[in-house]
Amino acid sequence: MAKKQIVHLKVNGREREALAEPRLLLVHFIRDVLGLTGTHVGCDTSNCGACTVILDGKTLKSCTMFAVQAHGRELLTVEGLIKDGQWHPLQEGFKQEHGLQCGFCTPGMLMSTYALLQRNPEPTEEEIRWGISGNLCRCTGYQNIVKAVQYAAAKMGQAKEQPVEEGVAK
Amino acid sequence: MIPASFEYLRAKTIPEAIAMLQQHGDDAKILSGGQSLIPMMKLRIARPGWLIDINSVSGLDYIKEDGEFLKIGGLVREAEIDASELIRSKYPIMHDTASVIADPQVRNLATMGGNLAHGDPANDHPATMMALGARVVATGPKGERIIPIEEFFLSIFSTALGQDEILTEIRIPVPPARSGGAYLKLERKVGDFATVAVAAQVSLDAQGVCQRAGIGLTNVGPTPVKARKAENFLRGKKLDEGNIKQAAQLASDESAPSADLRGPLEYKKGLVKELTKRALYLALERAGK
Repeated sequence: MAKKQIVHLKVNGREREALAEPRLLLVHFIRDVLGLTGTHVGCDTSNCGACTVILDGKTLKSCTMFAVQAHGRELLTVEGLIKDGQWHPLQEGFKQEHGLQCGFCTPGMLMSTYALLQRNPEPTEEEIRWGISGNLCRCTGYQNIVKAVQYAAAKMGQAKEQPVEEGVAK
Repeated sequence: MIPASFEYLRAKTIPEAIAMLQQHGDDAKILSGGQSLIPMMKLRIARPGWLIDINSVSGLDYIKEDGEFLKIGGLVREAEIDASELIRSKYPIMHDTASVIADPQVRNLATMGGNLAHGDPANDHPATMMALGARVVATGPKGERIIPIEEFFLSIFSTALGQDEILTEIRIPVPPARSGGAYLKLERKVGDFATVAVAAQVSLDAQGVCQRAGIGLTNVGPTPVKARKAENFLRGKKLDEGNIKQAAQLASDESAPSADLRGPLEYKKGLVKELTKRALYLALERAGK
């Protein structure tokens, strides 16, 4: 067995450090070593996107990266979306718009759409569909996922506009 | 799926990575985006004893025009090609290509250099690089050497890169005025390999006569196919309906697909013909007729 290496990284804002054999996939490191089981293993073949996480601001499939590659970097998983006990607007949107049924793809969907809204706060329907083209859902037919993202985009847009309006009103 | 055990090395520079390659010989493999290599390791089709990660090497992430060439660093990601304004406006064929590779998550990691160096005839950039007449820069212990793309692919998963060489740059000749190109891919679903895909790039003179045509074919042979007969046929001719049709037929004749889950041989040959025709029309439109 190859020698284990230290993997030190920031996970959802917290510094974490653990040993990992080089062949340990990032998704197993996240679930089994860090204990964050929100990230799912779906197809395990880089197709379904259930294992999508965000590393240094970019989405990737954590079944197709080794944990040692994440050393020194910043990881965001689905557990990191909640802020001060408040759901992220995307999470709220998935609930309001029935963007999930079985829920297995949801963590990956949330991470892909979170990254999408970061770089494109007002995506068109087509852009949303492109944004989730690396995530498979076998329940919803995607329609309500698209609506959930639109819900979140609208809510996040309002939140951004509000302080400006108040300033004008005063 | 768990890959076979291996030792992991992180190289900070290209010379360091080359030294590691020399030290560990055939048992070592370069890891860049890893989006082809890691799935193969998980299936244990690939089982390198040493993995040399070059993702920490800095200065290989440029996309720039420099004299006669568009130069792309060996670690440029597909997502960066996809988002590049220079490529979108001046090299639309490359934008077409990068945007249909795998899916957003894979494109965030996958590199264009890796797409070529992997030597998979089902990959998308090889055909486009054939159409553009690109060359790759291979860096080894003795420095750099330039390999024309048509000499790069030797057989399936095998390239002209030496065991101790790394693909560090891709050079694409800056096309003259009145040039245009397109990459058209038929895939069963987003993220799949091409059933068939065709890259076509043309340059015209002031009268609209074709000065240069480049046509590359994806996933229709053991290596990416350069449709030389079709290219030669078009040179010196107007790209009218008859000539485009004839070139499409020649390209189809030059393809050597095999039947698989994506379709029978006749179907794929028919696709080469149809996609070549459509790619040439779109290339012509983008060149400004």
